[in-house]
Amino acid sequence: MVRRVVLIGNHAVAEAVKMARVQVVAAYPITPQTIIVERIAEMVERGELNAKYIRVESEHSALAAVYGAAMGGARAFTATSSHGLLYMYEMLWWAAYSKAPIVMAVVTRTIGPPWNIHSDHHDILSVRDSGWIIAMAENVQEAFDLTLQAFRIGEDKRVLQPVMVGLDAFVLSHTAEPLELPEQSDVDAWLPPREPLPFVMEPGKPFAVGNVGPNEFTMELRWCVWRAMERAKRVIKEVDEEYRKIAGRSYGGLVERYRLEDAKYVVVAWGAWCGDMKEAVDILRSEGYPIGLLRIRFARPFPREELIEAASGAKAMLVMDRAVSMGMEGIFSMEVKSVVGGRVPVKNVVAGLGGVDVSYDEFVEIFRKFIDEYESGKYIDWTLPEWYMPWRGGSR
Amino acid sequence: MDRAEPLLREYLILSRGGQGGVTASRILATAAVLEGKYAQAIPQFGAERRGAIVRSYLRISDEPIKRHSRVKQPVGVSVFSARILELMDLNSIAPTAKRVLVNSSKPVHLGDREVFYVDATSIALELNLVIAGWPVVNTAMAAAMAKVFEIASLDSILEAMKNFFHGKLLEANLEAARRAWDRVRKA
Repeated sequence: MVRRVVLIGNHAVAEAVKMARVQVVAAYPITPQTIIVERIAEMVERGELNAKYIRVESEHSALAAVYGAAMGGARAFTATSSHGLLYMYEMLWWAAYSKAPIVMAVVTRTIGPPWNIHSDHHDILSVRDSGWIIAMAENVQEAFDLTLQAFRIGEDKRVLQPVMVGLDAFVLSHTAEPLELPEQSDVDAWLPPREPLPFVMEPGKPFAVGNVGPNEFTMELRWCVWRAMERAKRVIKEVDEEYRKIAGRSYGGLVERYRLEDAKYVVVAWGAWCGDMKEAVDILRSEGYPIGLLRIRFARPFPREELIEAASGAKAMLVMDRAVSMGMEGIFSMEVKSVVGGRVPVKNVVAGLGGVDVSYDEFVEIFRKFIDEYESGKYIDWTLPEWYMPWRGGSR
Repeated sequence: MDRAEPLLREYLILSRGGQGGVTASRILATAAVLEGKYAQAIPQFGAERRGAIVRSYLRISDEPIKRHSRVKQPVGVSVFSARILELMDLNSIAPTAKRVLVNSSKPVHLGDREVFYVDATSIALELNLVIAGWPVVNTAMAAAMAKVFEIASLDSILEAMKNFFHGKLLEANLEAARRAWDRVRKA
């Protein structure tokens, strides 16, 4: 029996942490994440979650604390946003290359200056090379589901990597939506306590982690994490499929395919704005346009095979980016082109930076323009990203 | 442009920070979900300050709601303080809203819009629902909105409120909702 509730995204993540029976939580506040660790504090205070709750003096220390806890064999969680994630950057690598299966929620928020607490994806995508598995939710239900799934994925012996679960600032973190919660007993059977691993750290049994070694050790370790990421692709699909047994739903693994059957025009994006894109796809489909959405759920490991499959029957692809590599182009655009480049023309539109709202009716026009440009042969001009800024009278 | 979601209705709530506009939106969303509908309760994104005008939004649908963009075309507006109408022009912020609910002790007229009113402030004061000097009108307004905009039954509103309040505070808020449901009138 599932339970139907109405929760904001941050409370849904906290609920998943409780149902996962997390043992150690480190907390440092930053808007718009703070409500996650506040709610977990209430759960620990009320005795609903039997966890060690550590208040730390910075995000760097928050990640260091859960890193230590994970190395000691505990199931550990923390959450952050924006500048907090950047402050963790050094520790991200220590955790990933120590193979510590931490789960961290990242409520995506742009990076200052100018000071701004609203969503774009510069924070979570700027740490994509650090060895973490990186996922992003479309709605509050998926923020809950991904958080639970993240523990199974990261702790799987074929993977053993930390996992980030992203959710957009405010549009998910502070928005209340209905969601279904599985039974605690089903979650317990599906997600048993973490198994001890060969390298569990215990008092009295010291050993060195990350010590100086021959240069070949570094390269071996990089290769080890590389292979874990490749294996994670399979594990992510398995976990998503098995999740159906306790929750009654799954998403399709690394990506969700929305009306992609027979699609000649494929839009690629991730995050909460994909809901508006789905409505735009529905509207254009009703007008006869063969368009679909490939929604990325995991940026790492990157869904290479799924993109190649979607490109194989397509005439053109459009990548909607909410993060830019300055001097290059949208971050997902670079990645999509590196996989499908040469197979189909790819257009890049950068939009929604700093929390700028883009709604379904605007996506209809953005998608229609993309199709018109392809059909009139203008796609040879798709070299630089188009900046969607309607307040400047149109795109740049 | 609502072809994709013909059964979706969107509302705007205008309140003062501290009056409980966000909580009212969440109570209404919860009540609608109890009746098998789908809903989104969306606060004004960003910093909220006590006394400042706060916008919150509500979506109600018979089907799962995909969009997360801001509400641009509300069919109804709920105004938690009649004074707000002197400071904001509904013609510019909610031109599509045909029906308006106002917290007011006397009838209010807004052009050709269909206006309803309820004295939620008096209800809050009668029940001593006051925080830091502010009458908290959210539960009364939530019940009046449910009735005026046909969002949910009174029973569902009362049931939803059990997720937000407990003990004596719950009792007072349940009574505020009942009184507002009975007293809301067409202007």
